[in-house]
Amino acid sequence: MKSIWYFVGLLLITMGSIIFISGLYSLVHPPADAKILSHLHPDLWWGLFMLVFGLVFALLNRGKVVR
Amino acid sequence: MVTLGLSPADWLIIAVYFTFILGIGVYLKRFTKSQEDFFIAGRKNSSWVAGLAFLSANLGALELLGMTGNTFKYGMYVAHFYWIGAIPAMVFLGLYMMPFYYSSRIHSVPGYLRLRFDEKTRVLNAVAFAGMTLLVSGINLYAMALVLHTFVGWNWDVSMWISAATVAVYVTLSGLLSAIFTEIIQFFLIWFGLFLVSALGIVEIGGVKEVFARIPPSFAALWSTSGDPTQNGMVITWAGIVLGLGFVLSFGYWTTDFLVVQRAFSARDLRAARMTPIIASFFKMAVPFLVIMAGLVALALALDPKSGFALLRDGGQINYDSALPLLIRRYYPPGLIGLGVTALLAGFMAGQAGNVSAFNTVWTYDIYRALINPKASDDLLLWMGRVATVVGIILSVGTAYWAKSFPSIMDYMQAIFSWVNAPLFATMLLGMFVVWISPNGAFWGLLAGMGSSFFLFLAVKFQWINPASITLSPVASDMAVNFWRAWWAWLICFVVTIFVSFFTRKRPREELVGLVKGLTAGKSMGAVPFMKTPEFYGIVSIIVLIVLNIYFW
Repeated sequence: MKSIWYFVGLLLITMGSIIFISGLYSLVHPPADAKILSHLHPDLWWGLFMLVFGLVFALLNRGKVVR
Repeated sequence: MVTLGLSPADWLIIAVYFTFILGIGVYLKRFTKSQEDFFIAGRKNSSWVAGLAFLSANLGALELLGMTGNTFKYGMYVAHFYWIGAIPAMVFLGLYMMPFYYSSRIHSVPGYLRLRFDEKTRVLNAVAFAGMTLLVSGINLYAMALVLHTFVGWNWDVSMWISAATVAVYVTLSGLLSAIFTEIIQFFLIWFGLFLVSALGIVEIGGVKEVFARIPPSFAALWSTSGDPTQNGMVITWAGIVLGLGFVLSFGYWTTDFLVVQRAFSARDLRAARMTPIIASFFKMAVPFLVIMAGLVALALALDPKSGFALLRDGGQINYDSALPLLIRRYYPPGLIGLGVTALLAGFMAGQAGNVSAFNTVWTYDIYRALINPKASDDLLLWMGRVATVVGIILSVGTAYWAKSFPSIMDYMQAIFSWVNAPLFATMLLGMFVVWISPNGAFWGLLAGMGSSFFLFLAVKFQWINPASITLSPVASDMAVNFWRAWWAWLICFVVTIFVSFFTRKRPREELVGLVKGLTAGKSMGAVPFMKTPEFYGIVSIIVLIVLNIYFW
């Protein structure tokens, strides 16, 4: 069985990518109803952080088999 | 209704989550071949997997919303739930109680009562636990549908049925294993999904010191105002916190509630099982950053008229649970809103899965096999576990509809824990550490503790007695009454158990080997350096706890 950490990595890669791309889109097309502190672009860097974190988890546990 | 407004990116994230957990359920089914796999995940998990699942089983969305709202209402005192109200009990479980639980190879907490005492004590606890689990599971489902309806605008029935069906599918496929997998995923989603709420709040207000400076002093301290109940937001004394929350409710929940303890049973060996609650304790101490800080940020913003932030009102009453969703709406752009909603969804659904997986185990081993079919085969038990999962989910949905038509049932949640868990802790403590406690002493003590807690709840609710006679102080909040009621229930169970044990037949000492301290040889873990032992990490955990309490005194 593959390690749970591998699945956690895959999920964070997927979700981080979506949030990062959504952040890029908002950067190019700023939404009309901007949120408070939106100038900090939390979606952009948080999505990127999730993506990197997920990649590290997935790569470190890619070949691991438990049980 | 104040909806968060979901964009396509948010919907995509929610869809990814549902696809993922269903996929994991299907993937894990091939590894779930025996009843041991289904009910205790084959006893093969590492301490990290079991530890994060142990914590996550308690970290439901109801807790996240409720504790953020409670911080708005009571201030820093809510941190006691995460520190003194959890850590000593978790460390005690790992160091002193887990050897008895794990080494007796039981499948459930009621199973220990059978070995240590007798069948009737086991069945009494099993029936109470099964009822409590279904009730909590249904209320959890109701709360989820309510939150999704209020803040996301989803249809009440559709959101409840879809999430219940999803949980039913993946728990039926692979039991505790899939419940643990989804709890770990929930752990990461909650941290990634909600961390920014507090972080952005602190940035907006201008730093942590500024947050504390903006709230009333009685809401900013942890202990320094506990000498006088009128000087703190929770209207409670230090004695109520220490005896009610820190001792009875905390130890009652963390050391005997099968929902959390079941995760430690899934560990691969005794050391991993002992490390399970100790690893969880470090993460538990960090959770206040998510919920307490968010609650304080919400309070600081609400006190500033220029911020434009205010909690919702339902029929003139402040809806404290709206604090967290309103902060998400304030700060989160598209994409992140989907992550925040998914974190709450994951919390609700993992909580549901945790309750159902504990219910199916207790039903199958402690009610079905104990009372109905003692000779059931492994295959039949596995089949019964799957049936119990589906039936448990259906009953939970029924409870959710009941809760919908009778909203004050939500008030009973805290009370339910003090009915079942608080007296059980006295039974367990005496059972594990005192050889001469008799089966009849345990049974009648447990019954008296549960009954007295229930009676005190009714007596305060219907004003048969003055709450001050329970709390020993002239003023008290509902929370303070809860803490003190738990203390009295524990004490009554403790005293009745000892008293009845004096006059009733004890079990022979040779039958209690491995179940009671003093009759159990210490199990060697081999030549493990002290710095790798549960004792070392337990001490570190307690030191961190003391430092946190002094810092926020």
